Amino acid sequence: MLPYVAKRSVQMLVTVFVISIIAFIVIQLPPGDFVNSYLATLSGGQIVTQDAVAALRAQFGLDDNLAVQYFKWITNLLQGNMGISFQYQRTVIDLLSERLPLTLAITIPTAFFVYAVSIPIGIYSAVRQYSPLDYVFSLVGFIGLAVPNFLFAIIMIYVTSRYFGGNVGGLFSPQYELAPWSIGKVLDMMQNMSIAILIIGTSGTAATIRVMRGMLLDELSQAYVETARAKGLSEWRLIMKYPVRVAISPVLSTIGFTLPALISGTEITATVLNLPTTGPLLLNAVRSQDMFLAASIIFVLSILTVIGTFISDLLLVWADPRIKL
Amino acid sequence: MTQMVDERVANMPPPADAAEGVSNRIISPTRLMWWKFKKHKLAVASGIFLILAYLATIFAGFVSPYDPASRSNNLYAPPQGIHFKDAEGNFHLQPFVYGYEMTRDLDTLRPVYTTDTDEIYPLRLFVQGESYRLFGLFDADIHLFGVEDGYVHLAGTDDFGRDMLSRLVYGAQISLSVGIISVLLSLVLGLVIGGISGLYGGMIDSFIQRVIEAIIAIPTIPLWLGLAAAVPRDWPPVYQYFAILAVLSLISWTSTARVARGRFLALREQDFVTAAKVYGASQPRIIRKHLVPNLMSYVIVTLTLAVPNIIIGETALSFLGVGLKPPTVSWGVLLQEAQSVQIVQFYPWIWIGPALCVILVVLAFNFVGDGARDAADPFSR
Repeated sequence: MLPYVAKRSVQMLVTVFVISIIAFIVIQLPPGDFVNSYLATLSGGQIVTQDAVAALRAQFGLDDNLAVQYFKWITNLLQGNMGISFQYQRTVIDLLSERLPLTLAITIPTAFFVYAVSIPIGIYSAVRQYSPLDYVFSLVGFIGLAVPNFLFAIIMIYVTSRYFGGNVGGLFSPQYELAPWSIGKVLDMMQNMSIAILIIGTSGTAATIRVMRGMLLDELSQAYVETARAKGLSEWRLIMKYPVRVAISPVLSTIGFTLPALISGTEITATVLNLPTTGPLLLNAVRSQDMFLAASIIFVLSILTVIGTFISDLLLVWADPRIKL
Repeated sequence: MTQMVDERVANMPPPADAAEGVSNRIISPTRLMWWKFKKHKLAVASGIFLILAYLATIFAGFVSPYDPASRSNNLYAPPQGIHFKDAEGNFHLQPFVYGYEMTRDLDTLRPVYTTDTDEIYPLRLFVQGESYRLFGLFDADIHLFGVEDGYVHLAGTDDFGRDMLSRLVYGAQISLSVGIISVLLSLVLGLVIGGISGLYGGMIDSFIQRVIEAIIAIPTIPLWLGLAAAVPRDWPPVYQYFAILAVLSLISWTSTARVARGRFLALREQDFVTAAKVYGASQPRIIRKHLVPNLMSYVIVTLTLAVPNIIIGETALSFLGVGLKPPTVSWGVLLQEAQSVQIVQFYPWIWIGPALCVILVVLAFNFVGDGARDAADPFSR
């Protein structure tokens, strides 16, 4: 186990390194450097001394070559200094610590939701292949795959306002917006978050149902299943004990794709539903070319998916003895 | 793979008993795949739908009843229904639409439209209307359908009274072409990079693999947003279009590269490749004649399944206001209207139209991709 953990950790570090380069490219891409765009965003009333400009330029090494700039940026980053958001006039780390918890509070439950819903449905669809419910799930699955998150969010807003007279969007309903914390307010927040989880989780669920169904169907046609059946094992125990256990581990290993997709979904859905996650922050940053903030958000989100994938890989190795270390 | 197609076989329908038929004739792999694909009815229907959709974008001026930018006095008008029976119950052989009667809701000042059953505008095929340029070459003014006097808005109108149906058709030009062109770009990138990775192995391979892993680990929409931020606002629409194309393909080549690499690795150990080597075939020749044809089917499947993601990507970016911008018309640009809760609630046809188009096209590509995946391995059951 330990050599595997070591090997995976090294791999992870390399991946993080490549991600940091991509994030750095995102900062560099817009024309002009960030101190210039910072000066451009300042209103006429503010006065910036030449010294302050020079200090900023020196801190991020804007007059050095790209390799030195990258090095300065990454050392600053590793020390927790992610730069300043020009638009908000605050440090990036400050803004992130305000917004990131909610991103996680939505994404992590969604991940559990996806697997908790799709695995049982996938098992049912495979065991009862071509049954009416299997067709229903397949149809729902296809639609779930085809409706992008943000469209689904718009549809939800439309349906609730049109047919239920309710209001979707925001973290709190209007009556709790300014109210002090209470059980009612927490329940209200949970309700609003669960709508977001449903919206974000649907496409992931649809995709995972298909994988689970396909994997299990492959297993069910194996000879050992027939043997076990011939020996008189009850159908339920037979399926749960062998084929499902075999089929489930490749399904769980898709988390490397699912996690980035869920975070992606959280960000775009949050901008539609007006939830204060890093999503709307990122969008604003991108619109006003506040590139430090934008790149830091991208970097941090990516690191989170890398760590999430790493943990789930380790769990998988621990749970599935067949995976070679 | 060898392509020894007997001309007689090429023109024959698949034999009733396939096993018997195949045993004494040589059938090209392409033909086998086509037979297999044809069995997938949903995939075939989706394929036909997509071909029609792409044809409509080529002949956009002809298919749409109006110019996408021409304004009318009917602001926020809902879709007209097509009728055969008029208010008196008389049956018309020629379908027609009713004119609008507009009043204002005195509380909200929103326009409220009712149908005016006295105004009947018969729908005609090949009517003369606003002039347009076909393929950017010929001037024409014949439209597939329309009305001679009055107006027809089968999908309603927007805040400037522009015909939504025409805007959807013109929007498809951008949204559908983004999918195809960007996927072709990813094909080239993916094949070259994946091929290098698979052929050379070693350090190059593991470096490329790490880069691919890193790109996969980055959530797509945030990365797209970050890259799209670099596209200057004041660029002309054509430049912006290609910039967004580039941004979208920069990410989607990874899946092609993975497939290409995997197939290259598997294929280069095969006997027929060794045989070609023994016969003294050069490396480029082996790649061209033996490796690429063998992995094309896999690559095509990956690409078909990648198109919907690209289309959704363009739509999402434009919806968020960092992709294409008006006056360019794409489905994503049309969906920008849905940023306003007012429009979502009270004028749903403005966003339901483009939303439905996106969903249908994405579904169709998924079905075609599924059919193609099943067909890609012609010898499997």
